[in-house]
Amino acid sequence: MKGLRQTEVLVIGGGPAGLSASLEAASLGCQVTLVDSDLALGGQLIKQTHKFFGSKDERAGTRGFKISEILLEELDGYKDRVKVHMNCTATGFYREDGVVSCVIGEDEYFRIKPGKIVMATGAQERLLPFPNNHLPGVYGAGAVQTLMNVYGVAPGKRVLMVGAGNIGLIVSYQLMQAGVEIAGIVEAMDRVGGYWVHAAKVRRMGVPIYLRHTIKEALGDRVIAGAMIQEIDDKFQPVGKEIQVDADIICMAVGLTPTCELLWQAGCEMVFVPQLCGHVAQRDLFMRTSHPDIWVAGDAAGIEEASAAMVEGRIAGVGVARSLGKGDSSEHSKRLEEYRRRLADLRGGEVGQKICQGLECCTVNEWGV
Amino acid sequence: MIMDLIEKHPILEFKHGKKVKFTFDGNEMEGYEGEPIAAALHANGVRIYRVTPVKEQTRGFFCAIGKCSSCFMVVDGVPNVRTCVTPLKTGMRVETQRGKGVIAMDAE
Amino acid sequence: MNEKEKLFNSGVLVETRKGAVEPPVDLWQNKKNGLVIIECPQRIPCNPCHTSCPTGAVKPFRDINDQPEIDYEKCTGCARCVAVCPGLACFVVDLTWGDEDTALMKLPYEMLPVPEEGKSVDCLNRVGEPISRGKVVKVLEPMHDRTMVVHVEVPRSKVMEIRTIRVVR
Repeated sequence: MKGLRQTEVLVIGGGPAGLSASLEAASLGCQVTLVDSDLALGGQLIKQTHKFFGSKDERAGTRGFKISEILLEELDGYKDRVKVHMNCTATGFYREDGVVSCVIGEDEYFRIKPGKIVMATGAQERLLPFPNNHLPGVYGAGAVQTLMNVYGVAPGKRVLMVGAGNIGLIVSYQLMQAGVEIAGIVEAMDRVGGYWVHAAKVRRMGVPIYLRHTIKEALGDRVIAGAMIQEIDDKFQPVGKEIQVDADIICMAVGLTPTCELLWQAGCEMVFVPQLCGHVAQRDLFMRTSHPDIWVAGDAAGIEEASAAMVEGRIAGVGVARSLGKGDSSEHSKRLEEYRRRLADLRGGEVGQKICQGLECCTVNEWGV
Repeated sequence: MIMDLIEKHPILEFKHGKKVKFTFDGNEMEGYEGEPIAAALHANGVRIYRVTPVKEQTRGFFCAIGKCSSCFMVVDGVPNVRTCVTPLKTGMRVETQRGKGVIAMDAE
Repeated sequence: MNEKEKLFNSGVLVETRKGAVEPPVDLWQNKKNGLVIIECPQRIPCNPCHTSCPTGAVKPFRDINDQPEIDYEKCTGCARCVAVCPGLACFVVDLTWGDEDTALMKLPYEMLPVPEEGKSVDCLNRVGEPISRGKVVKVLEPMHDRTMVVHVEVPRSKVMEIRTIRVVR
């Protein structure tokens, strides 16, 4: 193992939140090391072919992958200040000395001692328990997007989508763009969980959405050959007759949960917040956790839209710069005020209400410094 | 076997790198250098990446972000390689992982 | 929950509501180039229909989560919002087009194959049923971002049902 590396700011995760945090911190004069476990920067943005919502500030009307390109171009302007490690997983945080261990690929380890850390580790997908859910062909929605939108590989011929949140709806639409048939979308709730307009887009193309239905069982011997779905009642108990669906892919879009292992390892105060989809770190209005050297942003801080993740990343970036004494305080205040206004705007709708309720359970004004 | 790729897309243009040859369980296949091994296999129609140690169930692609262990395979003799985040290189020897992987230092 | 509610909850508009209204008939019948119909009944954080509107016909939002409100007097049927809307929820209908039985619809389209001018296509309703044939008049890409705006001649009686097209192979 090589010697201990140093960095002013370590950003873990190069998705919308981590890129934004890196850019913001760099723009205020910080030296940043950005690590990302994937083969390309941009996180989930690079797979999004749909146009984003929000306002001009969040580049509404621009497709997700284009937004990623814009952020990467911006990052290019800070080559002297931001060092990037790709295919690099942060594997551990050591509380006694604040060292982070990382591995590039499968076997190139290094240790790094950051002044401050932004955890922008994103989220991981949930899975439902049902017989045969282990068979090849049951894929996470993010994985399906990676295959078809990053590498140009169609995941299958006919897909059953499980979950009608924004991801389930958007990925269904994207699958159709890639020439894949959608057998249907099953949703346990009595309404779609994603934006109504996303549902309308796939409905008008003839895709059935089975509300109050669940997947009973996957069919197949060594790989997926179909699925049984069934209606459920108010108590989520199966009722009525089972329906057999022909499909070679069952795409799971039943939600995400924040990736927070490193936050646990660091001893950050964690709280379970259902509205944010799992355990999240307590944070202040600068996105700083209870650990004085650790900030959090994006899905790792609670599951939300990428547009909000980008703004949270910006706030965390200002937060670390401020604590390192980089940039002047009037600039910090100006930027923070602007970003907080944008976040409040993004969270003002129906979906945002739930997020705001969740945030009330895990946000303090500012930790005693 | 010819790679099954999305040729036309209404929004995206795919930029692939250099085409290279590799083997899967001894069969020669083509893929693009630098793209994940798992994606190259999928394009070649391979769905089963490993077989579990106890129940001998099949496993394949699943999370694509290196977190779930479903796509562990033996690559150039090394087991438990996360093929969804490991870039393909020319001449790679990729094998279905059966049971637990045997780590080289144990085998010696 | 009745059938109408169920349909709406799955993403199908079953009746007009806030953010999804029909233009006033008198004005609509005589407005050359047509008027916009926006079907955006949910409060979501999104405002490009307003910010992109060159004539101010989509009224300013107090809050970006507001549903769009339209000043039809100002709408010129230019279909800029059709090209821009991330939800593909804007459609322009020109009732002055052709003879009394036809109308022109300007619809967003992001699939393959791209329809060809002069060809016949299936016109689908909000649940994807083919309810008539239409003739492609023009295919534009106003924002040069791969979202097409397809001008289709359709039966006038079906303009409040048709919401997309399918290319017949």
